[in-house]
Amino acid sequence: MFGAVAAAILVTMLLAIIRLALGPVLYDRVLAANTFGTATVLLIAVLGYMNGRPDFLDIALLYALVNFVGTLAILKFSRYGRLGDELPDSEQNLQGEKD
Amino acid sequence: MDALLPIVNSISWLFLATGSIFLLIGGIGLLRLPDFYARTHAAGVIDTLGTGLILIGLMMQEEIGLNTFKLVLIGFFLFFTSPTSSYAVAHAAWVAGQKPWTNSNGNTKDAKEDVES
Repeated sequence: MFGAVAAAILVTMLLAIIRLALGPVLYDRVLAANTFGTATVLLIAVLGYMNGRPDFLDIALLYALVNFVGTLAILKFSRYGRLGDELPDSEQNLQGEKD
Repeated sequence: MDALLPIVNSISWLFLATGSIFLLIGGIGLLRLPDFYARTHAAGVIDTLGTGLILIGLMMQEEIGLNTFKLVLIGFFLFFTSPTSSYAVAHAAWVAGQKPWTNSNGNTKDAKEDVES
């Protein structure tokens, strides 16, 4: 039973990877990566139950946290070109006008 | 309680099977839908139905205890963050100038991607 569910999750991950490869726009890729991460959470949980080791659920929970932060980090980096470290003073006003 | 075991087990299997079907539907939707904004719907199907049903199916595997609480925690967390991340992706795309695909002005089947980034 768990094998079938794990297989379905793996197929979904494969479809997400295909979309990630094909995706014409960056945001398709981010969406596919986010979906892949969610599917990984499910895969870890299901594999944990399949092997009779339910302590995998902690890993699944952590992966859900990391996946969410990762998606937002990609978006922020694509939008601002950096991940929030301070702008050097010279570009400070430049950044203001560019937006 | 033990008499109920086969029933609970089959219900759990039902949830798991339905969740897997919705996962596949979302995955196929990711590929076939013509435009980025339409694909956010497919991602939403995966995030909500697929994840939710499978988590509920897993909850039924054991008596209510620590594992059930962990599963509830995962579900609770995903319940709040998957819409947020979907919104963030769609908003970032919109701000970047990604136009939704419309069938009215004679678009081809595949969306004309305005933003080549």
